[in-house]
Amino acid sequence: MLANVIPRLRALAFSAILIAFALPAFAGPFEDAVGKFANDDFSDTEDAIGLIANSGNPLAYPIISALQDGRLMADSDSKKVYVTGTDGKSIDAATGAAVASVPDSASAVRLNNRLRRTVEAALGGLTLQSPDLSTRLAAAQSVFKSHEEGALPAVEAALDKETNKTARQALSEARAAILLFKSDATDTEKLDAIATLKARGDQEALALLTGLGSDQPPAVASVAASAISSIQSTLAVWSMVQNAWYGLSLGSVLLLAAIGLAITFGVMGVINMAHGEMVMLGAYTTFVVQEAIRTRYPGLFDYSLLIAVPLAFLVAGAVGVLIERTIIRFLYGRALETLLATWGLSLVLQQAVRTIFGPTNREVGNPSWMSGAFDLGQMTITYNRLWILCFTLALFAILLAMLRFTALGLQMRAVTQNRRMAASMGIATSRVDALTFGLGSGIAGIAGVALSQIDNVSPNLGQSYIIDSFMVVVFGGVGNLWGTLVGAFTLGIANKFLEPVAGAVLGKIAILVLIILFIQKRPRGLFALKGRAVEA
Amino acid sequence: MTPHVLTRSLDRGATIFVLVVAACGVLIPLSNLLLPAGSLFQVPTYLVALWGKYVCYAILALSIDLIWGYCGILSLGHGAFFALGGYAMGMYLMRQIGARGVYGNPNLPDFMVFLNWQKLPWYWSGFDMFWFAALMVIVVPGLLAFCFGWFAFRSRVTGVYLSIITQAMTYALLLGFFRNDFGFGGNNGLTDFKDILGFNVQADGTRAALFALSCLGLIIAFLICRAVVTSKLGKVLIAIRDAESRTRFIGYRVESYKLFVFTLSACMAGVAGALYVPQVGIINPSEFAPGNSIEAVIWVAVGGRGTLAGAALGAIVVNYAKTFFTSGPLAPYWLFMLGALFILVTLLLPKGIVGTFSAWWGPFKERRLLAADAASAAREDGVSEPNPAE
Amino acid sequence: MNVMDTRATSALLYLDGVHVSFDGFHAINNLSLTLAPGEMRAIIGPNGAGKTTMMDIITGKTKPDEGSVLFDGITDLTRLDETRIAELGIGRKFQKPTVFESQTIEDNLLLALNVDHSVRGTLFWRGSKAEAERIDRVLEIIRLTDARRRLAGSLSHGQKQWLEIGMLLAQDPKLLLVDEPVAGMTDVETHQTAELLKEINKEKTVMVVEHDMTFVRELGVKVTCLHEGTVLAEGTIDQVSSNERVIEVYLGR
Repeated sequence: MLANVIPRLRALAFSAILIAFALPAFAGPFEDAVGKFANDDFSDTEDAIGLIANSGNPLAYPIISALQDGRLMADSDSKKVYVTGTDGKSIDAATGAAVASVPDSASAVRLNNRLRRTVEAALGGLTLQSPDLSTRLAAAQSVFKSHEEGALPAVEAALDKETNKTARQALSEARAAILLFKSDATDTEKLDAIATLKARGDQEALALLTGLGSDQPPAVASVAASAISSIQSTLAVWSMVQNAWYGLSLGSVLLLAAIGLAITFGVMGVINMAHGEMVMLGAYTTFVVQEAIRTRYPGLFDYSLLIAVPLAFLVAGAVGVLIERTIIRFLYGRALETLLATWGLSLVLQQAVRTIFGPTNREVGNPSWMSGAFDLGQMTITYNRLWILCFTLALFAILLAMLRFTALGLQMRAVTQNRRMAASMGIATSRVDALTFGLGSGIAGIAGVALSQIDNVSPNLGQSYIIDSFMVVVFGGVGNLWGTLVGAFTLGIANKFLEPVAGAVLGKIAILVLIILFIQKRPRGLFALKGRAVEA
Repeated sequence: MTPHVLTRSLDRGATIFVLVVAACGVLIPLSNLLLPAGSLFQVPTYLVALWGKYVCYAILALSIDLIWGYCGILSLGHGAFFALGGYAMGMYLMRQIGARGVYGNPNLPDFMVFLNWQKLPWYWSGFDMFWFAALMVIVVPGLLAFCFGWFAFRSRVTGVYLSIITQAMTYALLLGFFRNDFGFGGNNGLTDFKDILGFNVQADGTRAALFALSCLGLIIAFLICRAVVTSKLGKVLIAIRDAESRTRFIGYRVESYKLFVFTLSACMAGVAGALYVPQVGIINPSEFAPGNSIEAVIWVAVGGRGTLAGAALGAIVVNYAKTFFTSGPLAPYWLFMLGALFILVTLLLPKGIVGTFSAWWGPFKERRLLAADAASAAREDGVSEPNPAE
Repeated sequence: MNVMDTRATSALLYLDGVHVSFDGFHAINNLSLTLAPGEMRAIIGPNGAGKTTMMDIITGKTKPDEGSVLFDGITDLTRLDETRIAELGIGRKFQKPTVFESQTIEDNLLLALNVDHSVRGTLFWRGSKAEAERIDRVLEIIRLTDARRRLAGSLSHGQKQWLEIGMLLAQDPKLLLVDEPVAGMTDVETHQTAELLKEINKEKTVMVVEHDMTFVRELGVKVTCLHEGTVLAEGTIDQVSSNERVIEVYLGR
């Protein structure tokens, strides 16, 4: 009897051992595929990628993305493969079970360039059907750029199931990209692809079309050529629009900086060389406000600008009134001396700020509602500049209303046009002067708040805007706010259109020269006041 | 006897000024060269160079006073003319370096070799000859001033508008000269000079000679300015300054007068710059900075605009103060002081040092003159004239 | 370029249909006026009538929107600037005496003297006996000989007016435009000024703008009354002052 048991036991043991060894083979195609990574062989890895990508297994994406990042660890001894997540935790690639740690004998699965492209295409295919819309769109974009032939079936599969309009668009563009470069695509397919790309009409479509080889059949080549020129002209138009936008943005900055100066110059005939420093004070006020908020009430950061604006107005305005009462008032009628005195003042203010805050740039941040950008057609619009443009126009409207409808505004206008007459009508010109100077400086302070969002805050901030502000005032004329508006936007747009042609520095020089020449025709600017009283 | 056209305009104050400058121009170099180093009256070489710089600034101040004090043109960009003259001289000095530069290229200055340029740009040609460079020192600023003034004065741009566009002019030049591809050394400028007219630029003898030349330059500039302002043209300039419109109605072509003095002033500033560069050993685009030009104006304001000698004095006083303060423990406060100087001088001392002094002294002089007139009139008629209607 | 082949008119000064407006305000409205050579004319009218603006137009300070302005029958004044017009021989004394305050009386006259006004001419000017004599003569006429070395800024208002008239004399123009010469003067001074102007009129054409009716009467010349930029009435002082419209405009309303 015992003689029968031992051979049976031996067979059982043998089978058990066989089964144990064969278990991986019988564990299923997925586990098999995963196991191939451990062979440290490029063609095995390539097979593995393909099998896993098409397996539909939810582990497919983590495995392939880990492979791309070098986080797929394979142990050639135990043939086990692990995925180390970005959080440091590892799992068994075949089963998804968590493991405590990856053995030291495991190393990252190697890739070469060809495999990298395969991995990318595979990932693209995987994410093409991701439940998350933005992932699908991103996947479609990456296929579009790589136009890997191997991704075509995945794209078409995704297209079948896709219901979202934007995603369908993206997927069909991806397909068009692939077909365009597919070696065995028919002419009709290529022409359709070109049409789709032309409809997309952006820089990337253009790149693809121009990258098309020269060995295309004439029908295809000519259609491609016309598509290229059509896209180029569209892009050119958008480029102009983008420049115009930059010009508007620059114009709004110039307007902000210059409008206070225009008011002071118009009413008092005084050029305040310390005007730039008023802007700087506003910027530093913003800095101080943000510092206070950062340390005490961090939750209020998004409101920091709302707090800074009135504060900057008050600070700069108060300094302005002080300057007028202590210096400007005594130099009445001597415009050139006032220029010199205010220059000296600007030196003092710059040095004072340098001493208190240090000479280096200070950190002023954008609140969340001012960060980021959005696309409009083929151009990008950043939120901070958009907000500044709106803010500037609003400020301009308020000032216009103030000048037109308030008593102070009426007095200011009267003094601008005929000081002596205004005085003899009982207007306290001295008080108007002080308030005007305060207003002009206060507005400069507000400008500083806005400018702190797009420029560095340093003691030299004022210097970089003062010459431009002068140019706006000289070009636009005084006595009329519209002149400042037109002047600022014209200069901004002219500057931005000259820049791509001549470079930033030469563009600036050209603008300066043009202004000097412009003054020949209109020595008092675009919107000048006429009449005898003004000459006085 | 026909007095010399330049010296006939000298009154007592002017003569004193000329003599003092002449004395300095002779004695200081002699003391530097002949007396043993370290002795009490020996002027060390570094001071000779420093004072030479001051003298050049004084010439610049004179040029500004000529147009501002006498014609009412406030140029806030005169530093541009100074710098252009300086660059012309600098270009000559660069070409004199020859093969002794770091890269050893006999034809190209170091910075051009560094930029991989193969040959000298056309606008550098001729600057190996001193006479040409000297001519350019006068012609380039003069030409710029002439063109600029032609446009500005003809369209009757005055006052603050004019000052602003002179600022724009010098700012544009600043931006341009900072660029490496302008061909003037970019932001490093021109430096490392070796010799001038064969003499080692750093030798004591050369420095002393340059100082003496600067003093001579100051005297000549002063005499020219005096000749201009005491002539009838000077009277017209003052008329333009005080009542430009009225001057037109009398029949003077105001634009031509302004253009004349503006150009003359620019040439003078150019010469000042040319004398300055070999003494400080470098010229770079920061000379075009608007701040420099405005600072030059304050020298004139401190010394006394409209007095010529005052302008020169102001330049020396302010720059001396600047050197004194920026090299001592008070250095961080220099900008405060400079700013305060601007404010206080315009508010409290609008006539400047010399001007205030003249104003105080003036009534004495006038009374004496009038008394002399009345006395001579009485002698002629034998009886006093009735007082004019009051 | 401004010279026509034949004289268009024998008048020294000829204005016809002149219009000028500033920002919509019609300062001069269809103004027509002629001045014969050797004539003296008094221009009167209420404030804002356009008297000074008319002078601005004649002297080139303001360009009219329409109309012709001819000097000596041949020169179109609307095309020339102030300097050129002054060189032609039109001199102006301003409403507010504008002399060169920081210069001596002598120098004021020297500057006004109609000699070579070019840059070169003034730079190398040496002065001649003839010029010195002319200045002496003018100083005598304006009674400021003793004050010749005083600064013009130290003169009284009346003296400044006279200095300005003196400058006009030194300029030796063909046509003198005198804007309110007796404003702020005493009766005695006013009388003296009238005498002076009559004396000047013996050799020159004069246009005087004034408010002072006594002075105008003393001048004894043809009077033109302006109103709202156009000629209201013309004639002797008696005719004009009895004109109903003039009374309405000057006294009534």
